[in-house]
Amino acid sequence: MIRHLISASDLGKDDALLILDTAEELARVSERSIKKLPTLRGRTVVNLFFEDSTRTRISFEAAAKRLSADVINFSAKGSSVSKGESLKDTALTLEAMGADAVVIRHSASGAPHRLANWVRGSVVNAGDGTHEHPTQALLDAFSMRRRLGGLEGRRITIVGDVLHSRVARSNVLLLATLGAEVTLVAPPTLLPVSVDTWPCEVSYDLDSVLPKSDAVMMLRVQKERMNAAYFPSEREYSRRYGLDRDRFAKMPDQAIVMHPGPMNRGMEIAAEVADSPRSTIVEQVANGVTIRMAVLYLLLGGETVA
Amino acid sequence: MIIKNVRVLGGEPVDIRVADGLIAEIAPGLAGDGEVVDGGGAVVLPGLVDLHTHLREPGREDAETVQTGTQSAARGGYTAVHAMANTSPVADTAGVVEQVWRLGREHGHCDVQPVGAVTVGLEGRHLAELGAMADSAARVRVFSDDGKCVSDAVLMRRALEYVKAFDGVVAQHAQEPRLTESAQMNEGVVSGRLGLTGWPAVAEEAVIARDCLLAAHVGSRLHVCHVSTAGSVEILRWAKSKGWNVTAEVTPHHLLLTDELVEDSPVGAYNPIYKVNPPLRTRADVEALRVALADGTIDVVATDHAPHPVEDKETEWSAAAMGMVGLETALSVVQEAMVDTGLLDWAGVAERMSAAPARIGRLPGHGQPIEVGAPANLTLYDPSARTPVEPAAFASKSRNTPYEGMTLPGRVVATFLRGRPTVLEGKLT
Repeated sequence: MIRHLISASDLGKDDALLILDTAEELARVSERSIKKLPTLRGRTVVNLFFEDSTRTRISFEAAAKRLSADVINFSAKGSSVSKGESLKDTALTLEAMGADAVVIRHSASGAPHRLANWVRGSVVNAGDGTHEHPTQALLDAFSMRRRLGGLEGRRITIVGDVLHSRVARSNVLLLATLGAEVTLVAPPTLLPVSVDTWPCEVSYDLDSVLPKSDAVMMLRVQKERMNAAYFPSEREYSRRYGLDRDRFAKMPDQAIVMHPGPMNRGMEIAAEVADSPRSTIVEQVANGVTIRMAVLYLLLGGETVA
Repeated sequence: MIIKNVRVLGGEPVDIRVADGLIAEIAPGLAGDGEVVDGGGAVVLPGLVDLHTHLREPGREDAETVQTGTQSAARGGYTAVHAMANTSPVADTAGVVEQVWRLGREHGHCDVQPVGAVTVGLEGRHLAELGAMADSAARVRVFSDDGKCVSDAVLMRRALEYVKAFDGVVAQHAQEPRLTESAQMNEGVVSGRLGLTGWPAVAEEAVIARDCLLAAHVGSRLHVCHVSTAGSVEILRWAKSKGWNVTAEVTPHHLLLTDELVEDSPVGAYNPIYKVNPPLRTRADVEALRVALADGTIDVVATDHAPHPVEDKETEWSAAAMGMVGLETALSVVQEAMVDTGLLDWAGVAERMSAAPARIGRLPGHGQPIEVGAPANLTLYDPSARTPVEPAAFASKSRNTPYEGMTLPGRVVATFLRGRPTVLEGKLT
């Protein structure tokens, strides 16, 4: 197994499948009355969050605690994030405390790569700037595999602000590794200029792609994009790229709807669609804990699942 | 003094007699009284001239001072450097440029020719007192807001026109500001994968095109700093074909390194040692820049030596300072990229790294051909050496080199400033 999980591209197909399969086993454990496993007893996992993300932090915290690891939450928000020393000095501090794994969330793309130079423990990327969010991609793959029965040859459509999305980057890489066929749909302003070199298809026309999709993943549109000339207005974006009821009806009957959250209901996704039985949005959250347990378990060299 | 056994521009071995700061005699087998320096068969070039150096003093003496920067220059074979204006305070008055000029004279490792700011405080709003700087003891002829672009078209036009009165030149840092807001690296395949905000080539090319047209319109001299893209080369080639008075420079790092290093390098992904303005571009850009330097579309190699302390580089990518030191590796990189590839001979190197920058900067004492009667500004260079780059050995106060650990060809053996050695056997005198 790899030492760090920083990019979805760190995972070959065997490693990715091992994580998904391990998560399946751990999910069975979670159904027991006593959910806690002794696997990582005595090990220390630090949640190093330079950016607010209660959802992701809680998910990692729950994952580490269910494996009996000691968890230290280090919220660096409010400290001088813009100063580089803080990352290195924080890393040296964690190193001195003997962290076995550092889960890092940071607004700067590449911060986990830098951190990995300065700590001996495993680095897990919990989202870095507009780069990647590999555990999100793993939990999405886990959710899709459960609903669709597998990923090989499945047609996955990812819709929205790909340019600034770490979720999209990690998903494109991981899904390609797992043999799925990915199509990105976005206004051209929200796609990287080099997207033609990515292992996926690209379309500007959501309506033509929906009937050929086994899963449709809607990305959140960040408020700050709305005033930066990426698209003329929220209304126009929603009309052209939002998943409303009419568009939902164009999807195949068994196709599922996903969203990494938090959602802008009525903007990129209609409330009825988000709450439909074919939406996996709530499952994704539950699966997040399981997949993060699997990642920590495997990176920290856990032995057998009890 | 006699400098024995050197090859002028790589030619046959000769000896050079230096007297009173001038070249007195060039012939084989010279003998006589006085000091003898054994050149050991080194190539001798006219002392190098840098059109683009950041000496950081006043204001950032933690990164570099006039003393350490000029020591670094001498070790790199330079006898003159143009000190950029983005100091603190900005070199936008006669007082500041004279201070920098005087510090250069006091330390004496190489001549320091200050560059004056185009606009007050580099803020792009009001012209600085260009005439006062031109008339000062520093005799400023090159004006630049380097680090920032003179993006206002009217202000750029006025600056180009105004400096004609004293034979000045505006050296433009071509970077359209709106297209490069929070830009982090070249916009392309790598930036897309790494999720770093892209710095499109067009942001440089659009400004160069505009400025060439402006310079033609008002009949002025324009110099373009650190050209980094194949598209910029095409525009410059077109402007020169019209006979317009446009010159351009390229940095050593843009002749050798590409943006792929940001993703994949021996020092790890996202290492800000590769963060620089303009950003490292693609292999195709590097190839176009080499061809342009060889055919004269690009006139000059300029270092853009940009020292930064360790803490400004040991950070996340987006928090890090932009720039690389370059004075002590420039000639080696040019040998690697241009000479060893057969694109440029030593006469070509002398033209691009000494004669042309001295001409553009209006430094009459520099960049002269190596002939009897010329000032003895000379660089002895052994192209056969191959040594790993060791930042700890730099004279510069800063260590932010992208070449650490790389083995580069060549070594500066000695540097002479008006007959006086500033470097002997690779060491400062």
